[in-house]
Amino acid sequence: MLEYFIPRASSYAVDIDNLFSVITWIVGFWFVLTQLAFLYLIVRYQKRSEDQKSIYMTGEGHEKHWIHIPHYIIIVCDVVLIYGAIVVWNQVKINLPEADVKIRVISQQWAWTFVHPGPDGVLDTADDIKTIDELHVEIDKTYHYELESKDVLHDFSVPVFRLKQDAVPGRTITGWFKPTKTGEFDIQCAEMCGIAHGIMVARLYIEDAATHQAWVSNPVPQLPSSQPSNLTISQ
Amino acid sequence: MSDHDHHGPTNFWSKYVFPLDHKVIAMQYLFTGMFMALVGGFMAYAFRMQLAFPGEAVPGFGTVSPQNYNSLITNHGSIMIFWVAMPVLIAALGNFLIPLMIGCDDMVFPRLNRLSYQVFLLSIVVLFASFFVQGGGFGGAWTSYPPLSNNADYNLTPLGAPLWLLAIALEIVAFLLGGINFITTVMNSRAPGMKMYDIPMVIWMIVIACILFMASVGPLIAGSIMLLFDQTIGTKFFTVEGGDPLLWQHLFWFFGHPEVYVVVLPAMGVVIEIICTFSRKKLFGYKGILYTTFATGILSFFVWAHHQFVSGIDPRMANIFSVTTLLISIPIGEMMFAMIATLYGGAIQLKTPMLWALAFIAEFLLGGVTGIYLGASGTDIYFHDTYFVLAHFHYTFFPIAIIGTFAAVYYWFPKMFGRMMDETLGKIHFWGTIISFNCIFIPLFFLGMAGQHRRIYDYRNFPDLNTPEMQDWRIFATISLICLLVFQLPFLYNFFISMFRGEKAPANPWNSNTLEWLAPSPPPHGNFGPNLPDCYRGPYEYSHPDRKDSDYWPQNEPN
Repeated sequence: MLEYFIPRASSYAVDIDNLFSVITWIVGFWFVLTQLAFLYLIVRYQKRSEDQKSIYMTGEGHEKHWIHIPHYIIIVCDVVLIYGAIVVWNQVKINLPEADVKIRVISQQWAWTFVHPGPDGVLDTADDIKTIDELHVEIDKTYHYELESKDVLHDFSVPVFRLKQDAVPGRTITGWFKPTKTGEFDIQCAEMCGIAHGIMVARLYIEDAATHQAWVSNPVPQLPSSQPSNLTISQ
Repeated sequence: MSDHDHHGPTNFWSKYVFPLDHKVIAMQYLFTGMFMALVGGFMAYAFRMQLAFPGEAVPGFGTVSPQNYNSLITNHGSIMIFWVAMPVLIAALGNFLIPLMIGCDDMVFPRLNRLSYQVFLLSIVVLFASFFVQGGGFGGAWTSYPPLSNNADYNLTPLGAPLWLLAIALEIVAFLLGGINFITTVMNSRAPGMKMYDIPMVIWMIVIACILFMASVGPLIAGSIMLLFDQTIGTKFFTVEGGDPLLWQHLFWFFGHPEVYVVVLPAMGVVIEIICTFSRKKLFGYKGILYTTFATGILSFFVWAHHQFVSGIDPRMANIFSVTTLLISIPIGEMMFAMIATLYGGAIQLKTPMLWALAFIAEFLLGGVTGIYLGASGTDIYFHDTYFVLAHFHYTFFPIAIIGTFAAVYYWFPKMFGRMMDETLGKIHFWGTIISFNCIFIPLFFLGMAGQHRRIYDYRNFPDLNTPEMQDWRIFATISLICLLVFQLPFLYNFFISMFRGEKAPANPWNSNTLEWLAPSPPPHGNFGPNLPDCYRGPYEYSHPDRKDSDYWPQNEPN
């Protein structure tokens, strides 16, 4: 149900969305049931007459109904949810599929630098294309990114991919994504990184093969400047 | 307290400014906590106004610069946790209730108790000082992740950052002093006959919270001092050159997650006391709740890295922490079910304290279940640092720190001040607060699901988040916040007017069982007069079949 809030643009977005839906159905069912039982008890046992005492129960004996049965239900639900969480997690963060293209993502206060492999398709060669605050990728290609930071922690967050990964200075963190939908989307920094954290935005351009080739052969910046014009940072 | 001292000090200075009496220290903590809640609430007002009407001057604050914004959100979080939830729920309630509910005349270490408040007050002075130094208050989020927090070139608050950290460290020292006192008092000064399973649940919860706090805070203290050294004398513990930035996150969250339970347990204890009293029922499964509380406490030490799933830790570690995190739903679920089961077959009276206690359960349930999305590593990849997280933890912390506190204040107000609060004003306050609270945070769940990330001062910079619909929800949440703040006026009026003009309270206005209701309202110095009570039974013997003439059976009455 997350797709009603935000488009999906990566191969694993659907898995995360499905996990979200599974959790919502399982947890939502018990949540609603518990709240209804709770409200029923409040309404049912209100304002008894003065001489009517409430039931004296110690808990022992009744515990089976109220505690142990819900207890086992929670364990079963937990096992299902843990299984789902681990499957999705392993797919997104641990098992990296073979890369078609490698890019480098460098974060710093307060801009993103993206290094694209250029016409030869190989990173760290003379024809690499460096861009500021815009990332161009081709649909249906598997990308590996190498995430770096020059100063503080940042977070490479692409909501339409359902992807987040902190950038840590001194480390290179590799991850992957495979775009599945053309369009233009936000890239956010999702880790507090100082005064201008709030303007650390970049744009993601997911292009079909022809458009992407055209861009690679003539990489003109899409934005008039590296930052939108309505921004001012006062010291 | 020696015998010749039971009249207590009469001079204003030694009675109210440097008190040794646990009740006066409790009031110091309560009033300070309430004042800090107003400060934290004002900060929330300022930054929510900026989000709803970006760039426009906020009435009463002025224009919110990015620097101001970061500082406001950082200090709002720090204040609400360290200077509101902890002083009110642990220090004020612990100080007021422990000696009264276990039937003794004062804490075992009254001077340590006084020192605890003085250090706490000093921490506030240091925190306030940090707002007015060059560069302004610290703005690196309450989690204070290095290398942003330990390098002034990055955070641009060369004085604000160390002062903020020093304030946190002092606050922790204050609570260590208080915690030692609470645990020792409960273990040593209980009324004759009060066995372990006769201790009222709120006292157990405060004691377990203090144990959790003491067991978890060591790494944070060590980490804070290392971070302070990084900031001030140039050590490199949390830098790439000499150490590791991620180390801080482990130290911080090793404390930070148990800390959630440190504040939730006293609030649950309050709710349990109130639910039993106002449904005239014995607590369902006393031992079960106690054991699950210990289980929750122990488990809470093994979940910290769920805050760090995407922080750069080895991704294989996330699976382990996902398992431990979701397992915590079992003991917490049991506690909630036991509270709900207590209502079954009761004679429920919807007095104001009971409304707050019931609201705690209803709201905290939503906070609990939304945590499952975040504990599940797969969905946390998307939700990490979004407004979904923010709404989730406000659905836990608001019930804890605000709803739980109001429940306690409405319930024990007659004991604290010897007068009753007004029920009608109390109900207006209750419904106004609960409805506005939900109107603030339900939209924030949806904004988070739409990808809105946290700690951003102006969403116009993000084309995908700069839609009219999303802005409308931001404005709606801000207006709801203003309603929430306005609905605190009936409370403040009720609180301060009732303190002096309220109807005189009898010793036991709610016909409750626990020992504090035996003392006069308000209790004199020494609490119970010359003869301290004995204890003959557990705290929740309501509607006992052997008791013919009334539906409660105070702990101090012999058979």
